[in-house]
Amino acid sequence: MSSPAQTPETTRIHNIGYRNYDGPRLGRAYARRALFSQSLRGAYGLGRSAKSKVLPMILFAVMCVPALIIVAVAVVTKAPKLAIEYTQYAIYLQLVIAIYLAAQAPQSVSRDLRFRTVPLYFSRPIDRVDYVLAKYGAMASALFILTAAPLLILFIGSLLAKLDFATQSKLFGQGLVSVALLSLLFGGIGLVMAALTPRRGFGVAAVIAVMVISYGAVSTLQGIAYGTDNVDAIKWMGLFSPVTLIDGVQTAFLGAPTAFPGGAAAAPGAGAGAVYVLVVLALIAGSYGVLMRRYRKVGL
Amino acid sequence: MIATESLSKRFPRVTALDRLSLDIGPGVTGLVGANGAGKSTMIKILLGLSPATEGRAEVLGLDVATSGAQIRERVGYMPEHDCLPPDVSATEFVVHMARMSGLPATAARERTADTLRHVGLYEERYRPIGGYSTGMKQRVKLAQALVHDPQLVLLDEPTNGLDPVGRDEMLGLIRRVWTEFGISVLVTSHLLGELERTCDHVVVIDGGRLLRSSSTSDFTQITTTLAVEVTDSDTHPDGTATLRAALAAAGVTLHEGVEDGLPGAGHILLVEAAGEETYDLVRDTVADLGLGLVRMEQRRHHIAEVFRAEGSQEQQEVPTR
Repeated sequence: MSSPAQTPETTRIHNIGYRNYDGPRLGRAYARRALFSQSLRGAYGLGRSAKSKVLPMILFAVMCVPALIIVAVAVVTKAPKLAIEYTQYAIYLQLVIAIYLAAQAPQSVSRDLRFRTVPLYFSRPIDRVDYVLAKYGAMASALFILTAAPLLILFIGSLLAKLDFATQSKLFGQGLVSVALLSLLFGGIGLVMAALTPRRGFGVAAVIAVMVISYGAVSTLQGIAYGTDNVDAIKWMGLFSPVTLIDGVQTAFLGAPTAFPGGAAAAPGAGAGAVYVLVVLALIAGSYGVLMRRYRKVGL
Repeated sequence: MIATESLSKRFPRVTALDRLSLDIGPGVTGLVGANGAGKSTMIKILLGLSPATEGRAEVLGLDVATSGAQIRERVGYMPEHDCLPPDVSATEFVVHMARMSGLPATAARERTADTLRHVGLYEERYRPIGGYSTGMKQRVKLAQALVHDPQLVLLDEPTNGLDPVGRDEMLGLIRRVWTEFGISVLVTSHLLGELERTCDHVVVIDGGRLLRSSSTSDFTQITTTLAVEVTDSDTHPDGTATLRAALAAAGVTLHEGVEDGLPGAGHILLVEAAGEETYDLVRDTVADLGLGLVRMEQRRHHIAEVFRAEGSQEQQEVPTR
């Protein structure tokens, strides 16, 4: 294993043989962080092929462009306020978020199942709980980056337009809380859908179905309820789709204008809002629980 | 390295391991058994991923029931099945697995470059794994098991799906893992023949029970058999029978058994090789008779032979070393 003594004038390539590793082994928490950062980077195609960067980057741009336009308008026209509330932004662009989630959630978990990489992870120091936490954390963080970046643009723009700093900071803060909750909720639902099948195509379809169809159904029913003067029913119907859940929570507690038909009269107040918050938290915890169950059988 | 004590694993309908007691030391150890003999179950228990129904097991002196994470930090595992994502390069994948084993980023990259070179992957390591041949994929799988410089690697059927050349290369590589890298190896296979050339020690299990545990030289002595096939000639219309008689006259032991299901099975003589001189004797005898030698090869011993040899005996648990 040791190379023979070398004289300066002879240059040779030595096969230095096998070298042992004596450096640090950073263990389980480090491995969990490594999986988290790899998954988060992967959600934007970083560290993967050029092709897989295209869709997430385009969607990220699509999320940010309207914010840039709104900011530009506000700066040029010296408007007294932004054309859109921070809390409304993600609701308006929900389809973009749904497409992003449908593309990236299966990417994150279905690949590991399909190519059977999961058993390799469990042959490392990490446990099931580490895997689920890292994947869930990475998906939620990726969604948070997607939804918070345009809010940041709006906030910086509002300051450039010389709007009131204190007011804008408060609204921006409320917006961040709203998208953080949205990221956790959407991320959980997306991963559960995707983890049920190793087939990426099914995962994409399932996520799109849950996000878009549920919202379509709920808003249609709400429209019917509004048309038939059942204003009270509108706020309870909102419990049945992820987007309207977030809408209800932020209307009740984060000072957001509701997107429900019927406006303020139909929006959940503090009482119904508490139910909304409970349902959102239950869904987040439920997603985590389902993922834990899902991976119980996968080890090796 | 590995010690088990009346280790059992029972599933509702099957008993995968039945009071298995083993003591495996450093070196290359083969774990042989037919499909479903309990090899994979054993590996899962040794990695601390599946609790044993009864009994206990230690790996590197750590109890598998309580120290799974520490064991997995010091042990490498190469699964039997495909486990490689096709759209990343070998380098990226192995670096990631190194970090998953707890290596800092810089060390992970250095160890990856070293390990891929040692398993024989060079320029192709920057290309996506999807384009690799089966042999290259097996090397990547081996590399990810070695990248964190474990003290022990568990290789589950590493020669699966390889052609004869690839098989020999992989076996040579496994031998080097111990002789050059100093990493002990537990390798499973259902073929005894390929393990006896690679391993210092072979453990045979069947139906979750220990069938036999001994050093490989014992196996070789019992089972080295040559398969010889010759042509017929005008002077000797039945070349096989002529050679049989000639060899018997020269004092060579011939097996009566006929290999079933092989083309030309009736024309193959099974000759017991006592040593190098048997090869020469067969060659000279065939030449003297003026026959054409179609083939003379070491027969790959099948696990079934051990069953045949041991079948009549009472199954006993022999501690290894």
